[in-house]
Amino acid sequence: METLAGILTQLLHMALILAGAPLLLGLIRLAKARLMGRRGPHPLQPWRDLRKLLGKRAVVAETASAVTHVAPFVAVASALLAAFLIPSFARGMVLAPLADLLLIAGLLALGRVAMALAGLDAGTPFGGLGAAREMAFAAFAEPALILAALTFSIIAGTTNVDAIAGSFQDGAVGVRVSLALTFIAMLAVAVSENARIPVDNPSTHLELTMVHEAMILEASGEQLALWDYQSALRLMLWLSLIATIFFPVGLASPGSGPLSWLVGIAAFATKLAALGFALAVFESALAKMRVFRVPEFLGAALLLGLLAAVFLFLSTGFA
Amino acid sequence: MLGNLAYDIAHLLGGGVLLISFMLLYQRRLAAVINAFAMQGVLVALAAAWQGIAQGEPGLFLTAAIAFAAKAVAIPLALRLVLKRLDLEGSAEPALGIGATMIGGVMLVALAILVVLPATAGAHALAREDLALALSVVLLGMLMMISRRNAIAQVIGLMGVENGLLLAAIGAAGMPLVVELSTAALVLMLAVVAAVIALLMRERLQSLDTQALHRHRGEQG
Amino acid sequence: MGDHRATPPAVLTALLTLLAALLALAAVGAVRASRTAGVVHAGTAAVCGGFCAVAVLALVLPAAPALALPFGPFWGPSMVALDGLSAWFLLILGLSGGASSLAALGYGGGAMPARLLVPWPLFLAAMALTLAAADAFTLLLGFEAMSLASWALVAAEHDRAENRRAARLYLVFAIFAAACLIPVVGLLAIGPEAVGFAALRETPPEGLRATLILGLVLAGAGAKAGLVPFHAWLPLAHPAAPSHVSAVMSGAMTKVALYVMARVLFDLCGPAQPLWWGAPLLALGAASALLGALRANMEEDSKVLLACSTIENIGLIVMAMGLVLAFRGADLAPLAALAAGAALLHALNHGVFKTLLFLGAGAVLHAALTRRLDSMGGLIRPMPWTAAAVMVGAGAAAALPPLSGFASEWLLLQSLLAGWRTGALGFQITVAAATAIAALSAALAAAAMVRFVGMAFLGRPRTPRAAGASEHPGAERIALVGLAALTVAFGILPAPLLDLAAGGVRLLSGGAGRPVMAALGLAAGDGAARLWPAGVFLLLALIAGAVVVALRARGARGFTTGPAWACGFMAPPPHLPFGDPLTQPSAAGLAQPLRRMLGGALLGAEERVTMPDPGDPRAATIATCAEDPAFPYLLAPLARLRDALAGTAERLRDLSIRQCLMLSFSLLIAMLALVAVLERG
Repeated sequence: METLAGILTQLLHMALILAGAPLLLGLIRLAKARLMGRRGPHPLQPWRDLRKLLGKRAVVAETASAVTHVAPFVAVASALLAAFLIPSFARGMVLAPLADLLLIAGLLALGRVAMALAGLDAGTPFGGLGAAREMAFAAFAEPALILAALTFSIIAGTTNVDAIAGSFQDGAVGVRVSLALTFIAMLAVAVSENARIPVDNPSTHLELTMVHEAMILEASGEQLALWDYQSALRLMLWLSLIATIFFPVGLASPGSGPLSWLVGIAAFATKLAALGFALAVFESALAKMRVFRVPEFLGAALLLGLLAAVFLFLSTGFA
Repeated sequence: MLGNLAYDIAHLLGGGVLLISFMLLYQRRLAAVINAFAMQGVLVALAAAWQGIAQGEPGLFLTAAIAFAAKAVAIPLALRLVLKRLDLEGSAEPALGIGATMIGGVMLVALAILVVLPATAGAHALAREDLALALSVVLLGMLMMISRRNAIAQVIGLMGVENGLLLAAIGAAGMPLVVELSTAALVLMLAVVAAVIALLMRERLQSLDTQALHRHRGEQG
Repeated sequence: MGDHRATPPAVLTALLTLLAALLALAAVGAVRASRTAGVVHAGTAAVCGGFCAVAVLALVLPAAPALALPFGPFWGPSMVALDGLSAWFLLILGLSGGASSLAALGYGGGAMPARLLVPWPLFLAAMALTLAAADAFTLLLGFEAMSLASWALVAAEHDRAENRRAARLYLVFAIFAAACLIPVVGLLAIGPEAVGFAALRETPPEGLRATLILGLVLAGAGAKAGLVPFHAWLPLAHPAAPSHVSAVMSGAMTKVALYVMARVLFDLCGPAQPLWWGAPLLALGAASALLGALRANMEEDSKVLLACSTIENIGLIVMAMGLVLAFRGADLAPLAALAAGAALLHALNHGVFKTLLFLGAGAVLHAALTRRLDSMGGLIRPMPWTAAAVMVGAGAAAALPPLSGFASEWLLLQSLLAGWRTGALGFQITVAAATAIAALSAALAAAAMVRFVGMAFLGRPRTPRAAGASEHPGAERIALVGLAALTVAFGILPAPLLDLAAGGVRLLSGGAGRPVMAALGLAAGDGAARLWPAGVFLLLALIAGAVVVALRARGARGFTTGPAWACGFMAPPPHLPFGDPLTQPSAAGLAQPLRRMLGGALLGAEERVTMPDPGDPRAATIATCAEDPAFPYLLAPLARLRDALAGTAERLRDLSIRQCLMLSFSLLIAMLALVAVLERG
């Protein structure tokens, strides 16, 4: 029975992620446009863009190699697998034992490397610039994420996201300074990993400031659709990771029935909407920072993560 | 459970104060530094008020009110006025790099914990953590004073130190109110003196960089 | 103490036969060097295959005592044995040496001079002897022979000044390592007759003696492994040797040094060490990991870059070893086993993927005649096999799932995440900082590998030579593809490998405990996180396949090719048929973000831009430099100290005969007094 529920929730979760990722992106764009006093595009615009791109024939640079053709598939597969592992509305999905935070970090790194290689493939200056910056930012973001994993593993005893959400849901944890610090660190990492303001601007094509867009400048047609889809997936993935770990309210417990799934889906949608709206507000209020201020921003996140662990040692030292 | 919650919230507020100490270290622009300091003042006032509820000590509400009025409203407003008068919209370039300062800050917090832990071996577990937070805030304030060249940033560092002391004081049950009041008065005095010095410096030396004072030391002649 | 598994005499006899065969191959290389290169390399490849077989047999077969050889020093026979630890490292040696010999076989037949052919089998034999030794004398003999043979290989291409400098520095560090390791044996042993490992284990050192041994082993074995601060020679010496030698030096020789470290600290020093023993290993490992990974991002020479990445990986392994010591000190046997599994698995994985990367760099060197990243580019088209194999190796070095590097770094990170369980607050904070540095190094390694692959294989050719490169089929390709296949296989199936390493894990973790295993997967402990790399691999393949099928079901749109866009791109001028190389990112350009973010603070990196005035037609130039802190802070003061000492010694030459006699007489009296004091005490 529990296995069946696990399989069903997993399938439902996969469908939610597949369909919801571009929608979430569309809603955030809409909210941002409204906040800035524009009418903004329809929330389904990202889906329409994907359909349009998939109908077009790709133009590939003469200097590009097989990497340009393979990399988008690697990136989408790794983003999809990572997104499938993170529980959204129910715990105990059939892939839950695989949902290790370090594995998710590894899958994100796989996608990032694929993108950087694709950026370098055609031998154009902007691709190289974007790849170098992306890998350098990741050098700060990744340790911050691992330190967050350290805090979770001390509190929950494991780095499995499903189990972390479970132990945070039980309420035995309480409000902790460490968790608050970790929350801020995770937000900073999420902003950087998704190339959002203030680290990068997702809607800019101004040459000297772009990071993410610089790498996919040569992509078109199906390849561009895949790259856009994987970045929507990453946003979905990060928001649901933060929602699941820090706000595990409403998560259906393993083996529960369809009714609690519905509650879980409603809660998940609310959490995503809230986080997405917060992101839109945040992005409307801030300007993009200079590229070489980013290490300070992410370094601060890294140190907050370290600080969270240190405080946790203090409180567990005499437990 | 309620006692636990009371502690958790007090702790979270203390953690917030510490976090803002880091934000103070991280910020470059003076206006942002003042904003962050005002937020720290609000959090300290909230922490005092919460302790007032948790400990059932009405005196702490007065402390909270004073802290709020002075640190969240009066001093930031005054500093803002000074900024405006001096037409200082630029950045407070730190003497140490931001990254180095932040790493130094985390090391100081680790040091604070290592010191507090054995020194308070008998005390209640929760009090120890609060004390560690407060000591960290004090140390970070001092770090801010030595890592910034700008006089205003240094003043804010000094008041960060005072915020840490206040945090320690409200955590310990039964702190006499008079001590608190006198510290607050002292800090206000300090702020006034510092503002005057800053104004004078600006007038005479055309700079807020305290390095500039060196040239005017008597013994160097 | 547990059972120290050794192997039946038959396996040891086979190992000795293989050693003898290597000696014979060295003799063959000496006699008719111009013709026998093929024979020697085919022979060493076969012998290394034999090493692998012997190692696997020793790992699966039950215990047997050490074998005494009929010869040895005057106080007793030399002893050889293979237990779980030494057999594991022998396996690394076999894999790395075998693939490198195979690649050397493909390098161009009989055109190798004797000064390369003679030391090569001796080098392999010396490493095997070090691993097989069961007494301290044989261990040192093998270790020093390894140093000497590898020095001969580093100095082989001595017609270039930088190679001569590298060889000189290498020799200095080898002597330093010997000067540290020989006293260790003196400190461990009671008397000259009791240098067998069994006898040494009986009398574990204590107190100050043990601390002294820890320091000396860290310096001696660390200098050979490339541990910070004794790493300065490594990025110079490893690239100076021919590529197949560099591969074995990075892949296997550094591991032999780690084996010596593990043997002395974990086995011969007895079962009980205090918790703080882990701290210096953790700190030095973290420093090595960070420095190596960062330098790998700055270097502009392919083999130097790979050598710096070796420093990083050695650092990660030493961190895991430090955690083992700490967990042993805190009586946490399962966690000690977890960290020991991480150390052993990463040693094997690094041995394989670094051999692969060095051989790939060698293939590029032979095809494009350059080690400078700025002269490569676009090699994926003429060299698809090499490019694919190197990408697999680089992916493993970047710790990407599901390749081998990810599995072992996952274990390492999990044991770091469990480090707080030791309970000592100071150590907990150290481990938290070490966790951050390990993750930072892994991400930096990924950046370095992207830069390496991107510069060498992707983009457009930067020189005509790179445009005209071609791939050699044959033995070299077999070696590359074989190693890439191993890298994938080790990544997907780490659990059976850990089963094979169980003997070594037990020995490192102090007798009790073996890592908690999930079926066909890795586990960080009971109830802790698990990893099924095979499942990850299958799911990734399944999802990618599903995406391809879903897109193709809509009907394939195909693609057309056109010129690169890059926000507007001019056609190259006629004198640059492959395009203007300056319109592509350069090695220094790709390094720029990290150079500014971290390089300035840690490596003293600098950029000097000369911008001509407006109207001046000269090109703007940028020059970058970075210096390893070991040179200004360690080697330069040492050189000054050496000069000062030499100056002082020089003054002794002016003494009269009476003063000279007095000097030796007073020394004699001092020694006698020391003996008298020691005997009373």
